[in-house]
Amino acid sequence: MKIAISASSPDLKAEIDPRFGRAVCFIVVDEESQEWEAYDNPARDATGGAGVQAARFIAEKGADVAISGAFGPNAFEIMDATGMRMFVFQNSGSLKVSEVVSRYRDGELDPVTGPSGPGHHGK
Amino acid sequence: MRELVLLSGKGGTGKTSLAASFAHLAAEGEIPIRAVIVDADVDASNLELVLEPVLLEDRAFEGGKVVVIDRDLCTGCMECMEVCRFEALHPSPDSPDLVMVDPISCEGCAACTHICPENAMHMEQEIAGSLYHSESRYGPLFHAALHPMQDNSGKLVMAVREMARAHVSGNGYDLILVDGPPGIGCPVISAVTGSDSALIVTEPGAAGVHDLKRIVETTEHFGVPTMVCVNKADIHPEGTEEIEAYCLERGIEVVGKIPFDDAVTTAMVEGVPVTASGNGPAARAIHHLWRRLIRL
Amino acid sequence: MRIAVASGKGGTGKTTVSTGLALSLAGENGTGMRAHSQNRYRLLFIDCDVEAPNAHLFLNPDFQVRIETGPSVPQVDGDACTYCGRCAEVCEFNAIAVVEEQVLTFPHLCHGCGSCTLNCPEGAITEVPRAVGLLEAGPTPYGLYFTRGIMNVGEAMAVPIIRELKKWDIGPGREETQDGAGSTIWENVIIDVPPGTTCPVVEALQGADFALLVAEPTPFGLHDLRLMVEVVSAMNIPAGVVLNRDGTGYEDLERFCEDADLPLMLRIPLDRRIAEGLARREPLTTIYPEYLDRMREMYESMVKMVGRDLR
Repeated sequence: MKIAISASSPDLKAEIDPRFGRAVCFIVVDEESQEWEAYDNPARDATGGAGVQAARFIAEKGADVAISGAFGPNAFEIMDATGMRMFVFQNSGSLKVSEVVSRYRDGELDPVTGPSGPGHHGK
Repeated sequence: MRELVLLSGKGGTGKTSLAASFAHLAAEGEIPIRAVIVDADVDASNLELVLEPVLLEDRAFEGGKVVVIDRDLCTGCMECMEVCRFEALHPSPDSPDLVMVDPISCEGCAACTHICPENAMHMEQEIAGSLYHSESRYGPLFHAALHPMQDNSGKLVMAVREMARAHVSGNGYDLILVDGPPGIGCPVISAVTGSDSALIVTEPGAAGVHDLKRIVETTEHFGVPTMVCVNKADIHPEGTEEIEAYCLERGIEVVGKIPFDDAVTTAMVEGVPVTASGNGPAARAIHHLWRRLIRL
Repeated sequence: MRIAVASGKGGTGKTTVSTGLALSLAGENGTGMRAHSQNRYRLLFIDCDVEAPNAHLFLNPDFQVRIETGPSVPQVDGDACTYCGRCAEVCEFNAIAVVEEQVLTFPHLCHGCGSCTLNCPEGAITEVPRAVGLLEAGPTPYGLYFTRGIMNVGEAMAVPIIRELKKWDIGPGREETQDGAGSTIWENVIIDVPPGTTCPVVEALQGADFALLVAEPTPFGLHDLRLMVEVVSAMNIPAGVVLNRDGTGYEDLERFCEDADLPLMLRIPLDRRIAEGLARREPLTTIYPEYLDRMREMYESMVKMVGRDLR
């Protein structure tokens, strides 16, 4: 199982980024081995369709689970199609990526069954 | 921390004058509110004319991409011109067997780059404007300027809002006050999405009501709680009643009515918010409106 | 002559001027121009302010023709598609994605460029139109023909609507063109341009012979007029200024016009009666009929200036 978390800098100790499509980067954690890798989000500066591009990107990186503050309708549609599960964190304040991972493990995060963030489209 | 965006379907309804007054009342009013101000009307960024910003930081804003042709590689086969749907490629006037790009018309789709048999075309990022962080007379101001004739104002609105959010994060601010763009299109959608509430500034009269309905549908489409304020409410009392009836029907609160007052124009000419230049009818109505807003 | 009425800032009175000018030119008296004969109109009004169109409120068109408009978006033939992912790779707007054995399209993000269709190795993509707005047309009671575009709520892209609206060849009295296809010939076209200085404005201004820039004498008005002047100069469109809500006591705007060699075409004073009349849907030329002549005089000077410019 691989978990992708939107983060504000490329480190497990970094604060999470509540945005999905325009997150600074993604930390992909392997649940079994606990190994992780950080990737710059290629969609961060997209002119449009950042959610689509970010979702495709983490799917390519083999993520089975995505965690962020909210998922827009476009990102939701892609992840739903790939069978990726989505979770959101509440009270994100200054949560760290590592804390989010343990909350996920403890079943404390809310699963997402529909797009939670407002959609943005166009340029 | 809340984010309030001021909008108007139609331009020139007094949105910016109201935003400047709110900035003034937040900073110097009876109840201090720690606010940062965002000018998201990037086409006509006028708040700076009232808030006297001192620039702290500026950044180039990268807009969309446009195609660039390597003239050494172009053989003038014109295949690219056939695929371009935006009339952005034309024979060069100085050497008609070569192709040139009209960057204004170029949509940035890159279709031509894939068709070019000589690989003579590639995409380049354009610098479309600037992002600014300033200290204004009433607190931090985040603003932007889009170069004339540029595209991507929606992306710039998003960028200036994000710059403001990064600044307030964890710094104990109460409010992000956004002066939004007019209309209902891409920059408006960028200003509205993810905002906590929207205050629509409208005017009575046929055009105002027509455009009010379209902007209300837009904010509701994006799920943002909406309030309405009627500016120059007394120039057409029947029109104001019509707005109130419409709002009642849609369950939208009319949180303020501001009368026509020459002091608004005078203050604008002097370069100060109307609430800072006197205590006329408009200034009093704005005071009242502000008190009501901060209680909400 | 194609006259574009524009302003850097919204709410400066652009529509007040464009509709006032239209009504002045449509009338049969004054300039001696034929308004309409045998169901033929000589004046076309195009409302390009597709986000907030208002001119119809003053010109009362009877919309007899209504068509949907929008870009062509991809439709993928599932039998022919091999899920190679080439379409998603070439799409600059992230409007198409291939995940697992599925192709997902996001019509809201699509600009209708056709790159996916062009690059699909299997020819599996066809395009279908997606409505993002309406084009409407019809006669008015004043002997001028009216067209407008109106963008659907929640849509982002105004430019394609404006582009189609301006290309829309509609109206009574088609005349033969050289290729035999026939086209409506207009003596004058008045274009109400959306506010601002970005791409929808450029699209609406394209092809204009003269730009009337409406500005109010305030610091905001000057700031936005400057930007607007940059646009019309870059597009090589001769321009003049209409000073609306004149009488604020702010002189910098006029000084700017003088320095920039921008002719002042018309002054409309700051007058509560005008504001009240407009709110009741009365055009400027009804509130103060003397503007019929003033607008015609302004038209004559534009004709002279364009003539001078062409020479």
